[in-house]
Amino acid sequence: MTRESPVRIGLVYPDLLGTYGDRGNALVLVERCRRRGVEAEIVEVAAGEPLPDSLDVYLFGGGEDDAQVMAAAGMRASSAALDRARGGGAVVFAVCAGLQLLGTSYAAGDGDVLDGLGLVELETRAGEGRCIGEVVVEPDPSLRLRTLTGFENHGGRTRLGPGVGPLGRVTVGHGNGVPESDGATVDGVLADRLIGTYLHGPVLPRNPDLADLLLGWVLGTDALTPLGDTLVEELRAERLHEARLRGRRARRRDRRLTRG
Amino acid sequence: MSLRARVALGAGRAAGWASRVTGRGAGTQVSGRVMLAIAPDLLEQVGSGRRCAIVSATNGKTTTTRLLAEALRSAGIPVTSNHTGANMPAGLAAALGRDPEPRVAVLEVDERWVPRVVDPLAAELLVLGNLTRDQLDRFGEVRSIAVRWREVCGSHPNLAVVANASDPHVVWSVEPATDVTWVALGAPWRSDAATCPRCAALLDWSADTFACRACGFAQPDAPYRLDGEVLVTPEGRIDLDLALPGAWNRMNAALALTAAIAHFGIDAERAAAGIRDLEMVSGRFSTRRLADGRDARVLLAKNPAGWTEVLRWLAPTDTSVVLAVNAHLADGRDPSWLFDVPYELLRGKPVAASGERALDVAVRLDYGDVSHVVERDPLRAANGLPGEVVVVASYTQFTHLTRGSW
Repeated sequence: MTRESPVRIGLVYPDLLGTYGDRGNALVLVERCRRRGVEAEIVEVAAGEPLPDSLDVYLFGGGEDDAQVMAAAGMRASSAALDRARGGGAVVFAVCAGLQLLGTSYAAGDGDVLDGLGLVELETRAGEGRCIGEVVVEPDPSLRLRTLTGFENHGGRTRLGPGVGPLGRVTVGHGNGVPESDGATVDGVLADRLIGTYLHGPVLPRNPDLADLLLGWVLGTDALTPLGDTLVEELRAERLHEARLRGRRARRRDRRLTRG
Repeated sequence: MSLRARVALGAGRAAGWASRVTGRGAGTQVSGRVMLAIAPDLLEQVGSGRRCAIVSATNGKTTTTRLLAEALRSAGIPVTSNHTGANMPAGLAAALGRDPEPRVAVLEVDERWVPRVVDPLAAELLVLGNLTRDQLDRFGEVRSIAVRWREVCGSHPNLAVVANASDPHVVWSVEPATDVTWVALGAPWRSDAATCPRCAALLDWSADTFACRACGFAQPDAPYRLDGEVLVTPEGRIDLDLALPGAWNRMNAALALTAAIAHFGIDAERAAAGIRDLEMVSGRFSTRRLADGRDARVLLAKNPAGWTEVLRWLAPTDTSVVLAVNAHLADGRDPSWLFDVPYELLRGKPVAASGERALDVAVRLDYGDVSHVVERDPLRAANGLPGEVVVVASYTQFTHLTRGSW
């Protein structure tokens, strides 16, 4: 785990893609490095600037419609730099609008369908009504993560391309909002050193092992020293309990509706 | 006034009284709802024959409304106002119905309701402060409100507007209006104004004012301007010297005074003197007695912009701070914004994470290296901290803590 240079956590266009506390994800990654004696820093990439190819983690957050269009334009201009960085092992973590921008296309606020970065095959279109509320996701078993807790607030419906896997299965809430062929609802996307999700809250403060998974990829280890996360564990227990109560209420309501 | 309107007012008051004596609330909302159910055109009736000014903003509308009302009263003008902060049609009807005499009404209106009340009230003036993110889970994004304000300004050529020239969304909303007085309040919170409201290109803030290099949209020249503690007017400089704390209240005062001076023609010095000594507005900045006899000051912070202003004000003081956060509908159900607020400013102070979402606050403070204790009850938390204590509260925590002091 010895490195010569500090871990560089890139916060991409925080003024455009920072609507939902997304800075929190960068803060958590940096702090969890420092608490293990690993030097780390947040590198903010201001809107309008090209993305550097030298970052260890690229964080893409949520944003309003116009901001998302601007961010997309800037990111497409930097896609070669991002490809180089990923070729060198950089990690991509994207939330909400950021997730949509990673895909092949998405619908803008005015209904126009715009090209995304095309890092993964997924498409996002506007759905009826916004998906708002607590979410619980059982992550893909290969990741060996515990249950994820977060909050979602988005109008997009994201369909994964053939052979593209989600981050996990939704047990409470909506996630990508599109039923898979087996009827399950899934959230986000999982690819090589790339994770996208609709969960904010922000998601990393609530899910420290997801944060450590990303850091493990960067540092080349799956054995990071555990940190004393007592407060976070209490918060997780509280949120998961609340979300499951909400999930049960929603299912009862659905059953009543289907019975007519 | 029609018989139906009089019946509606009577029934509404009875419902409000019932709500108050049973301890369910201030009674304004329920009373207004009853009134509007009986007489849907009640707003027209209670508003008619009055000069109505509407005050709206994401932050500061309650205080600005009170300050404008006080500035007019200082010039001997009787004013009615919705001073309890009930700022949707039901609350407006209740406030106006309760107070039928004064010919001038200064009304705080919820941002989203402005377009729906301008016509029924035959409003003559809009006073517009700022638009920032607020409860995204409930109301959607800043842009949608700006679009609605813009439609109102474009379709009401006789409506006068006093507006903040430093807020790009406000300026874009007001663009189509014909009678505008600008006041430059400064822009301490820019995170919601990165892109041009007109063409969506990036805004340039390098000169401390905004300008769009792509389409030319830019901060308008403003005849009124806030300069530290001073309101600069075309006639000279007015010292604000407010009893109310904080930079944000100087912005509220500058906006209210500009409306009083430019629209209502009140003498600037007299208007400023009329608001100088005001210490509390609808429970904001009020105090609560603690078990050990000390008083804790209670502040409301509703969204990242508001929290940031309060923290900047607290940072150089040596007070203890209780952060009391809930996440009900009225607070915003998603506390993600905790990570948009620079709580690091509180490092070194005695701090308590409190409210129903104390754990969310505690985790945020932990990652910001702010040492703290966790105590869900804010008054117990305040009692456990040394010296002077300020409780900063989200909306439902605030209304709970200040009940009875409005």
